[in-house]
Amino acid sequence: MTEFYRQYLSVAVLIGAAALMFGAMLGAGRLLRPNRPQPEKFITYEAGSDPVGGWGQSNVRYYVYALLFVMFDVEAVFIFPWAVNLKSLGVYGLIEMAVFIIVLTLGLVYAWRKGVLRWA
Amino acid sequence: MTPPISTPSINWLAISPEIALAAAGVVMVMLRSVLRRRPITMPLCVVVAISGVVAAGAVEYRLWQVVDHHRAISTVAGMVRVDLFGIFLGVVVLGATLMTLLLSVAYLRREGLDAPEYLALVLLSAAGMLAMTTANDLIVVFLALEVLSIPLYVLAAFDRRRLSSQEAGIKYFVLGAFSSAIFLYGVALTYGATGTTSLTGIASFLAHNTLLDQGTLLAGIAFLLVGLGFKVAAVPFHMWTPDVYQGAPTPITAFMSAATKAAGFAALLRVFGVAFPLYRADWRPAVFALAVLSLVVGSVAAVVQTDVKRMLAYSSIAHAGYILIGFQTATSRGREAALLYLFVYSFMTVGAFAVLTVATRRGDDRHSLDDYRGLALERPIVGGLLIFFVLAQAGIPFTGGFIAKLEVFSAAAQAHQYVLLVIGVLAAVVTAYFYLRIAYTVLTPGEETSSAKPLETPRRVDVWSGLVLVACAALVLVVGVVPGVFVHWARDATFLL
Repeated sequence: MTEFYRQYLSVAVLIGAAALMFGAMLGAGRLLRPNRPQPEKFITYEAGSDPVGGWGQSNVRYYVYALLFVMFDVEAVFIFPWAVNLKSLGVYGLIEMAVFIIVLTLGLVYAWRKGVLRWA
Repeated sequence: MTPPISTPSINWLAISPEIALAAAGVVMVMLRSVLRRRPITMPLCVVVAISGVVAAGAVEYRLWQVVDHHRAISTVAGMVRVDLFGIFLGVVVLGATLMTLLLSVAYLRREGLDAPEYLALVLLSAAGMLAMTTANDLIVVFLALEVLSIPLYVLAAFDRRRLSSQEAGIKYFVLGAFSSAIFLYGVALTYGATGTTSLTGIASFLAHNTLLDQGTLLAGIAFLLVGLGFKVAAVPFHMWTPDVYQGAPTPITAFMSAATKAAGFAALLRVFGVAFPLYRADWRPAVFALAVLSLVVGSVAAVVQTDVKRMLAYSSIAHAGYILIGFQTATSRGREAALLYLFVYSFMTVGAFAVLTVATRRGDDRHSLDDYRGLALERPIVGGLLIFFVLAQAGIPFTGGFIAKLEVFSAAAQAHQYVLLVIGVLAAVVTAYFYLRIAYTVLTPGEETSSAKPLETPRRVDVWSGLVLVACAALVLVVGVVPGVFVHWARDATFLL
């Protein structure tokens, strides 16, 4: 085996370990859990909302949550590389990121005051 | 300890106009959050919005003084380049934004749409447009394109009760997102071919290197042209225009037709004028085709429309064709003509849509030609202004529309583009037909027997909308009577590099 392929061996080992762990967890669950099928378990969402009625399978209110989630998701994408280089970016980087986070927070405040965080 | 990453130096004055608009937008959203729906919220937000635009305008004036005599400010690592070209179109954008805001105050109250979000979205979109006028990097152009587009998608659908407004929002969103993707693909291909996204960087790379395989770059140029062609509504990328212009709230239609077009042409003129002047021979035929198609389709399709908003939408496509003639010549004279045309066109179209805004009644959905029958007889001033604005768009002498068309035609003649010149003149004749048809309809008394009821209009025009009407009419008239000073400004602003 050449050195080139040897480097990929660790990837193969990782895939094997992941498959083993995955199978073990699901298999253990299958053996241990009781089996009581109920019709409610087959509806799209079990988050407490009834998907019957309307045009779509999803409640439009989930949309706002998805939007807020994306807000913080994108924030994380920017913050991680920034945090790694925080020292070399210096004060300039600190202020830039502060402005970015403040603007995002204002967006959250807006959503909060508009009452989209309350499910009613 | 890693070595410090050098951060680009920033000339804060150069990017202050965008910051002023964006900050005003954020302040309005905060006012909405803190004060909620108190009666004071909306007037306060109107004040914040207008002061944001005025502040941005003041900075543009200061920048004009600093930049004058062709000393452009290049800042943020060369990504932003503030020159007279950018400032000229920035002023056009800000003018259209101010008009839109003033026009919207009474409109929103009448339609029961009072929401600070509307004003905030207009300002954020305008911030994107300003960024577009000074962008010197394809990435910044793309960012500006998104910042200006996304608020517009929401604004087009702002009148949620009206189905046509929702339709406009969806159509604009789907086609706009599609065109953004095409533009981004063009950026990627151009980067692949030249190794840089900076406009000046691309130009100097192409000046010092010969590409063995030009396919990638040519495909990139084509995609950039398509992406920006969508935004300026050039045929064959105009499909969204009639539906969106018709469905969107009328002040927003005015905003889109004036400010978005100015921003789109700012990007077109700058990207092609700065980055690809050496590939002129390749993109000029494509722009030639766009110009001819826009002129023919815009003028002919407008003739058969029965809805005034749709008619003006097609006429805006034809106007894009005239501006494309100036762009196609790829000369400084042609750029001057395009800039002057954009300036005049912005105020003609905002004026025309302002008349539609004040002439219709609550609901904003009755814009068929029959609804406007006899408007000038019932309300001489409003109807008279509509006649003035459509005749100015037709290009009759002593209006700015005439000067703008004259400049475009003489630029085309100077560049020996006689085919474009002839098609442009013929299109002007065809468009004159439907502009005169609007004027004629407004002047004929409505028939009592016709099923369509005459427009039940409020008798009074509010002071802010009145101000918009007077300002637009005055500007169009002044450009027509004393064109020299405006031509001079446009000539100063053509200097790109």
